[in-house]
Order: sequence, then structure tokens, then C-alpha cells
Amino acid sequence: MTQVSDALGPAAPTTPDPDAVGSGGLWHSAWRRLRRNPAAIAGAAIVALFLLVAVFAPLIAPGQPGVPLPNSGVTPSSVPGPSPGHPLGLDSPGTDLLTQLVYGARQSLLIGVVSTALGLAGGAVLGVLAGGLGGWVDVVVMRVVDILLSIPSLLLAVSVAAVLGQRPVSVMIAIAVAQVPIFARLLRGSMLAQRGSDYVLAVHSLGVRRRTVVMSHLLPNSLGPVIVQATLTLATAIIEVAALSYLGLGDSNPSTAEWGRMLVNAQSRLSTDPHLALWPGFCIAVTALGFTLFGEALREALDPKGRK
Amino acid sequence: MALLEVRDLSISFPGGSGRGSALSKAVDGVSFDVEAGQVAGLVGESGSGKSVTSLAVMGLLPHTARVSGSASFDGRDLLAVPERELEGVRGREVAMVFQDPMTSLNPVVTVGTQITEVLRRHTGASRRAARDEAGELLARVGIPAPVRRLREYPHQLSGGMRQRAMIAIALACSPKLLIADEPTTALDVTIQAQVLELMGDLVRERGTAMLLITHDLGVVAGLCDTVTVMYSGRVVERADRHELFARPRHRYTSGLLASVPRLDAPRGQRLQPIPGTPRDVIGWDAGCAFAPRCSAADDACRGTELPLVSDGARDRHLLRCAHPVPDQHDQHDQHDQHDQHDQQERSA
Ligand SMILES: Nc1ncnc2c1ncn2[C@@H]1O[C@H](COP(=O)(O)OP(=O)(O)OP(=O)(O)O)[C@@H](O)[C@H]1O
Ligand code: SF4
Ligand SMILES: [Mg+2]
Repeated sequence: MTQVSDALGPAAPTTPDPDAVGSGGLWHSAWRRLRRNPAAIAGAAIVALFLLVAVFAPLIAPGQPGVPLPNSGVTPSSVPGPSPGHPLGLDSPGTDLLTQLVYGARQSLLIGVVSTALGLAGGAVLGVLAGGLGGWVDVVVMRVVDILLSIPSLLLAVSVAAVLGQRPVSVMIAIAVAQVPIFARLLRGSMLAQRGSDYVLAVHSLGVRRRTVVMSHLLPNSLGPVIVQATLTLATAIIEVAALSYLGLGDSNPSTAEWGRMLVNAQSRLSTDPHLALWPGFCIAVTALGFTLFGEALREALDPKGRK
Repeated sequence: MALLEVRDLSISFPGGSGRGSALSKAVDGVSFDVEAGQVAGLVGESGSGKSVTSLAVMGLLPHTARVSGSASFDGRDLLAVPERELEGVRGREVAMVFQDPMTSLNPVVTVGTQITEVLRRHTGASRRAARDEAGELLARVGIPAPVRRLREYPHQLSGGMRQRAMIAIALACSPKLLIADEPTTALDVTIQAQVLELMGDLVRERGTAMLLITHDLGVVAGLCDTVTVMYSGRVVERADRHELFARPRHRYTSGLLASVPRLDAPRGQRLQPIPGTPRDVIGWDAGCAFAPRCSAADDACRGTELPLVSDGARDRHLLRCAHPVPDQHDQHDQHDQHDQHDQQERSA
């Protein structure tokens, strides 16, 4: 019984759905959804606090970082506890603990942001080449990315430190190189997905040059997932900075305050003064948590499937 | 010589229903013309290959598609010119309007930029000049407050407004040929007529030729000079509009016309649905693809390859049918005949 009247073709009078809008509206509705998400607000608050502390470190910290106080009272078995000038007491090298923590935020932010920016830039170049041009360029670029992925990041960090010396820039490069494949793959995938969309066909039908299509149409539409990933990557970068200096691969200058090295210094006093390890550990964990919460909330807010 | 002459266009895609290496044919030996300044209609059911035909002409099919035949535009075979040259033709000499205005504009770029981009690409106009021109274009397609709209993003425009903007973009460089692939299918019924009228006015006043793809015979009746009817990837009938509506000869075309409400039909006349469903993949070797649904089908239709031949005295009326509908001036008799035939079949 297939007496189908199909002579008029499919009935497709789609009434415009006010929410079925593209990314221009996507960012707008993402923002609205972010503001309603408690996790996003918590994450944003942590990130904001971290940024404020890092930027205004000289105003917040009671002293100078990496400067041991004379007559600090640090003995092999104990460190001085809280006192009027030193709300959290002193660190094992005889420096003010709060000052070290505050300047540590600055160091984490600096290395985290610079290395993520480097990783993002490198990944974006490769991703645009692969996803925008396709064909053999795609194949070659993705093989390079696979090779990068196959190098263990720790090994890479050791090698970079060996070549460039134990400087902040070595840490940044080591972290960045490990991020390049992540961003490259993500951007490539997201551009490939965009390439099949109607508007891309439409701009092609208008004779817009391939380069322009890639740079001013595909790329801006593919950035959402990349921005989310960058936020999440900042969290890992902050942990990695600490991990690398914990392993002795970080900045060797003793006067820079750094959460990872504070953990190292606290190790020998773990049984007597656990707070020396707990404070920097807490800072690392909370900051990473803040970026992760915010990044995940951003991902959810930008996900078209979750939009109501 | 016509502005666009499509000859023997065949398109297949890899991986049909068969084995891995099999090709599935979407379009088979399609030929038609679009005369300069005229509107040519391309009609057919969903899946009959209308869109892939138009994309082939534009060189916009995916690389996996196998295309043969020719599409000579202004004396140049668009299927043979290199991609770089084709980029200069697209948008400037041939432009396209797509079905879904909700997805055919880039969501993160303002409407103004999307128009000026095309103008500057092809005419080398300055930013300012392109901006002014874009404002005028939007005004011409009937978008109120055009200068403000230039700064807006597509989601800030309604569906009808977006399709008007798409039309403005397509006509920005005054192309010689506009291909419109179901330009009103996705719009509200009330807006469809307005947009169609606008397109008709625009191409007439600019002398632009238009290839109008649709499955809606009402659209054809209102706008087209000639009509090409496709079924399952082949042209089954071709004629001038009046000729086709007055004397449809192919059984599919006549069925199509009988299934559409007509204002001039006598009261009480029933609409005739075409039984069965179209086949989405071309799976026959020779003969008429409409045979499974045709009440007049016999062995003459199935066994042999039917040519597209002119219909007796009328050499502008082409058809591919073994038993055409008798050329009668009174169509209503024909309907009754058809009806009886159907009933016999059903009771059998
Ligand atoms: N990229 C592709 N790969 C494989 N097959 C395709 C591709 N594009 C189209 N086809 C096939 O080509 C045939 C014709 O499709 P086409 O889109 O041209 O139909 P249409 O006449 O435009 O129908 P509609 O009215 O639904 O738009 C279909 O069977 C479809 O499955
Ligand atoms: S009469 Fe034969 S050729 Fe004509 S439409 Fe019917 S099946 Fe096809
Ligand atoms: Mg189509």
C-alpha cells in the first residue's frame, strides 16, 4: 500500500527555529549558558583570583621572592611558624612562604601562558595546513604530528633542558612541543567538519579564493573547540611546570619562586612541617581545577547538542 | 548558441550498493540549454539528480565524483577548465543560490562582509565602494534598513531575509547566469512567493539567465521559459513552458501535472497521486526508470534504451517515452482514461 503522493517532493517547510543559529549566535548563547552554570562561575572565580595574584604579586606579597631572611630561625628540624610579618611562616630556605606562593603564581602563569601560546601557534599552523588544504599536505603534516606524539614529553623535556640549559624557556618549549600535536589534530578535525558545511560550498560557489575560504571562513568557525582546549591545556601546563621543576628539569635560578620547586624543598621536612608541601600543592591543584572547570563549562556551553 | 549548453552529462559516485569498486550513477547523459536572459526550469523528484547536475556545472562536486560530458558556458567547457580559472568564473559569471538560507551564510561573518568579499574579489572595488554597493544591493532585494543590516550577523536575520541576502550576494557581480537550487523550499509558504517574484524581477531587469531547480511545478509555471523534467538521473521530457503544461507527453510528467492542484481544473476532479516511490539509485541497465510506476509500461519500455527524441511536429518538445500520452487537446479525457487504467490495475 505505497500510494505515496511524492510528486511534490519532500515537504520541507522548515519554520525558522529561533535557536537554530550559527556561531555568531553560538557565542552569545554560550555566554548566557556560562553565566547560569555554577561550575563555570567557580572556575572563572578561581582563574580570576589566580590572575589577580599573579599580576599584582608585588603588591600582595609581604616580601621579596627568593631572598632568605637574615636570622630566619630555620633549623634542620623546624621552620618558624606564622608571625606578624609572615602570615604563613617561613619556607625551608628561610624565605617568606606567602611571598613564595604569590610569586609562584606569577611564574606558573607566565610559563603556562607562554607555553600554551607557543603550542597553540604551532598546532594552529599545522592544523590549518592539514585541515584547510587537505590532500597530500594533510597526509604529510599528520605524519609529522604522529612523530611528535610518539616522543615521550618527559624525554623531550630532558633533551631540551640538556640543549638549552635549565632556563624557563626550556620548560616552555618542552611543554609547548608536547601540546602542538593536540592542537593540530583538534583544529584539523574541526576544520574538516566545517569543510562539508553549506556555507563553505556557498563561498566556493562565489569564486572566493581557497586561501580566503580557509583563513576567513573555515578558521573562525573552527576555533571553539581550540579555545576550550587551550583553557584545559593551561591547567596541565601549570601542573607540568611544577612536575618538571620537581624532577629538577625546571628553572635552576634559586631566586625565582616556583611551586614545583617548593614541593621539592618541602620533601625533606614532610614529617615535621607538612604545611610546606601542602600549600604549594594546594595552589597547583586549585589553579588547575579552576582552569579545568572553566574549560569544561565552556565546552558544554559551546556544544550545539546541549543547547536548548 | 545558448549561454549554457550541457551535453551528455553523466555523474557517478564511488561505492554504490554493489561491491567496493562499484560506481553508483546519479546522473546519466543529461543535456539541456539555458538561453541568455531566459529562465530554464529543471524539475524532478527528490534524488533525481538536480543538485548534482548544478554542482557539476559549477565544478563544486566532491573530488570523488566522476563527471563526463560537457557544459559549455559562453563557448567555454566548464567541466574542462582548470580549477583556478573556474574560480574566476564562479561568482562573477555564474553564481548560485542554495536551498537552505539558514546554513548557507557563514555564521561568524557579518552580512556586509560576505557581500563585499565577493565584490572585492571579482571587481577589485575599494573597501568603501564595495560597502556602498553592498548597501544598494541589500536595498534592491528588499531588505529594510540595509546599512544597518550590513553590520549584522546572519542569525540576526529571518529566513526570508537571509535568502534575500543570499540573492544579493549571488547577483553582486552581475553574473550572466544564476543557478538557483530550490531557492524557496526551506522558506515559509507566505515568503516563498515573495522571494520568487523578487528573483523573477531581478533576473528580468538585469537580463540574467537563470537555471531554476525545483520540484514544485507551481514555481515552474510562474517563472520558467523552458522546462526540463528529470527522472532518476535522466532527462525524460523537455519543452517550452506553455507546451509542457498544455501537452505533457511523458507519462511521468503527465502524472506529475495530474497530482498538482490546478486552478483551471473542473470542480470535483480528483487529484491523481503517482503510485510507488522514486528509486534513489539508478539500478537499471536499459529502458525507462519510471516503468515500475507507470500504468502503460510494457516490454518496449523495459528492454531497450529509449532515446530522447523530438515529438513529431514539435521539434522543441523532446521526450523519452515508448508510449507517450496521446497528443490530445482535451486533457480531461486523458485523465479519465488514466483513472480507469489505474482502477483496472488495482482490482487485478
Ligand atoms: N557526495 C555524494 N556522494 C554520493 N552520492 C551522492 C552525493 N551527492 C549526491 N549523491 C546521490 O546523487 C543522487 C542525486 O542527488 P541530488 O542531490 O542531485 O538530488 P536532487 O534531485 O537534488 O534531490 P532533492 O530534491 O532532494 O534536492 C542521489 O541519489 C544521491 O544519493
Ligand atoms: S510508457 Fe514506458 S517509457 Fe513511457 S513512462 Fe511509461 S514506462 Fe516509461
Ligand atoms: Mg537537491
